[in-house]
Amino acid sequence: MTEPVFGAPWHAQAFALAVSLEAGGAFTWPEWTQVFGAVLAEHGLSKELDGGDDYFIAWVAALERICTERGIAGAKDLSALRDAWENAYLTTPHGEPVRIA
Amino acid sequence: MPHDHADDAPPHSLLPPDPALRVKALESLLTRKGLIDPAALDEIIEIYAHKVGPRNGAAVVARAWTDPDFRKRLLEDATEAVAEMGFTGRQGEHVVAVENTPEQHNMVVCTLCSCYPWPLLGIPPGWYKSDAYRARAVREPRKVLAEFGVTLPEAQRVRVWDSTAEVRYLVLPMRPVGTDGLDESALAALVSRDAMIGTALVEAPA
Repeated sequence: MTEPVFGAPWHAQAFALAVSLEAGGAFTWPEWTQVFGAVLAEHGLSKELDGGDDYFIAWVAALERICTERGIAGAKDLSALRDAWENAYLTTPHGEPVRIA
Repeated sequence: MPHDHADDAPPHSLLPPDPALRVKALESLLTRKGLIDPAALDEIIEIYAHKVGPRNGAAVVARAWTDPDFRKRLLEDATEAVAEMGFTGRQGEHVVAVENTPEQHNMVVCTLCSCYPWPLLGIPPGWYKSDAYRARAVREPRKVLAEFGVTLPEAQRVRVWDSTAEVRYLVLPMRPVGTDGLDESALAALVSRDAMIGTALVEAPA
């Protein structure tokens, strides 16, 4: 029982995003589990998923899928924002808060 | 991990892995659209990282062992019974308690993803979410149990319960012999998370 609940900050953030979207009515939990279960099955075809990073990578992919399928988020917008964040990390001096415009 | 920089370039912030950047993108976009509130996300993380965990389930088990009326209510309607103890919330909307007996041992899996009674046990451990456990728990439960160090008498049936988004299971383990003198909180301290998933037994203190 000594293992941390979340192995990395982004695991926790991804988890909270799904919980928060469900709470706001963006989808129901059974709807979420259907999409997430499908992504897990797809990801599990090429390797045996470990329940850690693999699991949360599938979680993130399921979030992207459910949000784009429902028109909550555009795939292009997400991709542009992802790159904006990458650029911000690469150009922000160490120790300063990383922000996007 | 240190990495090289040109002498005149100041070190930039550590670049998070790809999925972390994708999470940032989702968070930015959904916040802009007013669909999520970053403060609410922090609160959710705080609750599940620190406030909700298997101690809740252990308190339920200990009460069931010491209060026959509560045990009866728990087995009839666990959602209602655990709500009496204040354990309500997401992923606890429909909880079913399954009782271990000398005839039957129960263990829980979610073959679809990772459904789990959050208000009672918190967030599931990595192994519960792994393909290996999800695939094998149903197919070869005794072998999986043996890997957890649990060997059951041949005569004891193993029943595997597959959780869903609608129904989540809590295993009510058998109270170990030799614990008659223990009060509810001392009993709760004996009950591990895994015992409530069905991959461990509860042992009397040495």
